[in-house]
Amino acid sequence: MTVQQPTRRGAAARTAPGRGRRVSAGEARFALALLIPAAVVVFGVVLYPVVRTLVVSFFDVDSPLPGSYPFVGFRNYARVFHDPRFYPVLGHTLYFTLVSTALELVLGVVMALILNAPLRLRWFWRSVAVMPWALPTIVNGALWRLMDNGQYGVLNAVTTSLGLGAHQWLGSPFLALNMVIVADVWKNTSIVAFFLLAGLQTIPSDLYEAARVDGAGAVRAFFRITVPMLVPSIAVVLILRTIEAFKVFDIIYVMTGGGPASGTQTVAFYTYLQAFSNQLFGYGAALSYLVVLAILALALGYLRILRQGALAGVQ
Amino acid sequence: MKPRRSQLALLYVLAVVMSLVILAPFAWLVIASISPARDLISAHPHWWPSHPTLSRYHSIFSGQAGGDDVAANFRVAMGNSLVVAAGTTVISLVVGTLGGYAFARLRFRFRRSALFAFLSVYMLPPIALVIPLYLALSNLGMLDTKRGLVLTYCSIVTPFCLWTMSNYFLSLPSELEEAARIDGCNRLQALTRVVLPLAKPGLFATAMFGFLLAWDEFLYSLTFTSTTNAKTIPVAIAEFTGKYSSDFGLIAAGGVLAALPPVVLALASQRFIVSGLTAGSVKS
Repeated sequence: MTVQQPTRRGAAARTAPGRGRRVSAGEARFALALLIPAAVVVFGVVLYPVVRTLVVSFFDVDSPLPGSYPFVGFRNYARVFHDPRFYPVLGHTLYFTLVSTALELVLGVVMALILNAPLRLRWFWRSVAVMPWALPTIVNGALWRLMDNGQYGVLNAVTTSLGLGAHQWLGSPFLALNMVIVADVWKNTSIVAFFLLAGLQTIPSDLYEAARVDGAGAVRAFFRITVPMLVPSIAVVLILRTIEAFKVFDIIYVMTGGGPASGTQTVAFYTYLQAFSNQLFGYGAALSYLVVLAILALALGYLRILRQGALAGVQ
Repeated sequence: MKPRRSQLALLYVLAVVMSLVILAPFAWLVIASISPARDLISAHPHWWPSHPTLSRYHSIFSGQAGGDDVAANFRVAMGNSLVVAAGTTVISLVVGTLGGYAFARLRFRFRRSALFAFLSVYMLPPIALVIPLYLALSNLGMLDTKRGLVLTYCSIVTPFCLWTMSNYFLSLPSELEEAARIDGCNRLQALTRVVLPLAKPGLFATAMFGFLLAWDEFLYSLTFTSTTNAKTIPVAIAEFTGKYSSDFGLIAAGGVLAALPPVVLALASQRFIVSGLTAGSVKS
């Protein structure tokens, strides 16, 4: 993955060779022709649901069938904040997002450094590293559900033989939430590592030579060169992983089903339950729009940080 | 940077630890899939099955599909997943490459807003769209069809292909296209004859991403499919895990098979992941 944001690159490209060239009609027509297929494929599918969900969120819809339902304005949205079950769900989501993203970032940096080092069998380490990324999320969830099983799970076999005793890993709410995080981190650190590896490879090696000449050790070089130069990649990874973590649904569905005692319900999962199990479609629509707003705010916030100097190292 | 001997040793140790942490769960998945049921539910752990058995794979590949035979339905779901993921990847790669090229090389009004519109689709949680999409597919008679899944998956995978291909095109030098145009190629010929052959690593990597995304998709398939007509393998596994959570072995065998195509694909295109997505520009 390239480390820069496309729009920034575009801005840079505009000041490059063809500067001052006006937007020609032929160029614009060609651009339109190239973009129409993608626009049809994407917006042809999402436009109607986006609008429809927004409309539904203002009505008290309690059946999937079209019909006339009472208009309730922003009451569905207000209801979210008066819903006592919503706050624990929000807490789980924030905890999951923060902890899993932080762990994936730290472990991902270590993994990227391993994969970037001049080790023998580099193709082997990289092949191993790519595997969790390719493992389907549902299989990952089912696999950890089997391993975490309190009665027959292999995890207990490991901890018992290490003298740590057996636990009901998915049996208590907070422990279960942490076990879901373990499963998520085990899989997704792989993606993060490859994004960061791509970033690592853009760091010019003469910077390290210069640091070595100046007598800087490996640790110092890491914090003075590697980390600042990696900031753009880190920022991109943070945006993508936070958005994904915020939307987390699949792994919860298969690993814990939201339990025990609703302890692993996240916003996306709770929205699903409200809409599908409780047939509260208006309420579910309002919930999902709040998720959209939260993700948009997160993304814009990150983009701001990105623009302010984070990209300075590369530009 | 050349690490010192001690640092290199540390990196080797870390590489081995990383491999163990990654490979152990994979190994367990395979072992569980060939272990007899009584080993899997015994009080004492079996690191290796007493009598390894391929019976689950046998029943997956030889069972009568369509009925209650879960194992055989895994096989059908695998076929559905292959068709849907391949179809989605091809369509998304083609339209995403064309659109990505426009964003990377051409200047037009609303360029930034259009790019942001595509990227914001990626941020939409599927849960926000799934119910209206269900109704729309129902009206079109496309519920429980592979076509319906390809149609909806393309809206997820295309923005991703468009973004990665756009980044890749930006990393290629634009002089070659300019030279091709001076030599009398029109814009489309410059793209198809000069740029696309150069963009092969990017195309490979993007195709792999697209396939993985489509193979992994869950919520749409869970909602839009109901029979073996279109049900994909993640949904088949999730349903089975929920219903018969004690048949570890069959879940594991299904998991091994579901993991096989994407893992093989990722291993085969591993060298493109880094080279394909970073080449050019700032590399030194």
